[in-house]
Amino acid sequence: MEFKLFDLGLTDFKPAWDFQKEIFNGVRINYIPAGLVICRHYPVITSGRLTKNGDILSDNRLPVYPIERGGSVTYHGPGQLTAYPIFNLNYFKKDIHWFLRQLERVILDFLADFGIQGLTYKGKTGVWIGQQKIASIGIAVRNWITFHGLSINIKQNDLDNFKLIRPCGMDIEMVSLESLLEENIDIESVKQNLVNKFENIFSIGRKINDQSTIAAIR
Amino acid sequence: MTKVQLPPLGEGIDKATVSYWYFKVGDKVNEKDDLIELTTDKATFNLPSPASGTLSEILVQEGNLVNIGEVLAIIE
Repeated sequence: MEFKLFDLGLTDFKPAWDFQKEIFNGVRINYIPAGLVICRHYPVITSGRLTKNGDILSDNRLPVYPIERGGSVTYHGPGQLTAYPIFNLNYFKKDIHWFLRQLERVILDFLADFGIQGLTYKGKTGVWIGQQKIASIGIAVRNWITFHGLSINIKQNDLDNFKLIRPCGMDIEMVSLESLLEENIDIESVKQNLVNKFENIFSIGRKINDQSTIAAIR
Repeated sequence: MTKVQLPPLGEGIDKATVSYWYFKVGDKVNEKDDLIELTTDKATFNLPSPASGTLSEILVQEGNLVNIGEVLAIIE
């Protein structure tokens, strides 16, 4: 099984969302076997299907996108590493919860590269350090093809915007990889670690950075 | 008449929440049209219509839980 890697760099949410849907269509018609979109977002709030009134606080001035993924509200910013795996589960396992658990394993293995032991809790999908959350997951599945995905808090200075929301509809505190390691981390330099974990966990290979497709959305 | 049932979704998943109806009662639907969006854990997924016809009954409203095998709607 091969996959195509698309590194969008730092991007607004909307073009990346549209791009995901393009790749989704590519996977749907078997033009692309599987796609992995990696990016960072300019500050934005996305609300999933389970978002309730009050989950986005009234003093928020960031753009808000109601989107079709599961879960509640979250914040995305340039200090996070975000990954959108667009996989056809017919080629893996037709089991939505299995897929969510694999995404948690990707994050746990990524953190382990830095000597950090993350935790997962049944019924609280995502990855945690004690009671603080370091990575969030929210996906959509259409005809067994996945989109949306996961984001990992890397930079400490990007966590303040979480105060504009009740992340995942809960009063939880976020934590970053930087604060755990007490050192500066260059996100560009850790992207490959994350891609490697997707390769290992899903047993997929061959990365192609498809610049022509990326150029098409810019 | 076709009953629209919640199909098996994987190991350990016995229910899901109806998060969105793409059609309302009385609408014409085509086989394979997205009929219902459901949510389990942190994932939404679609349930395509198993038949073409008129959506005559919605048995589970948005926000409610439904069990595997349970009838969600009737298409005539």
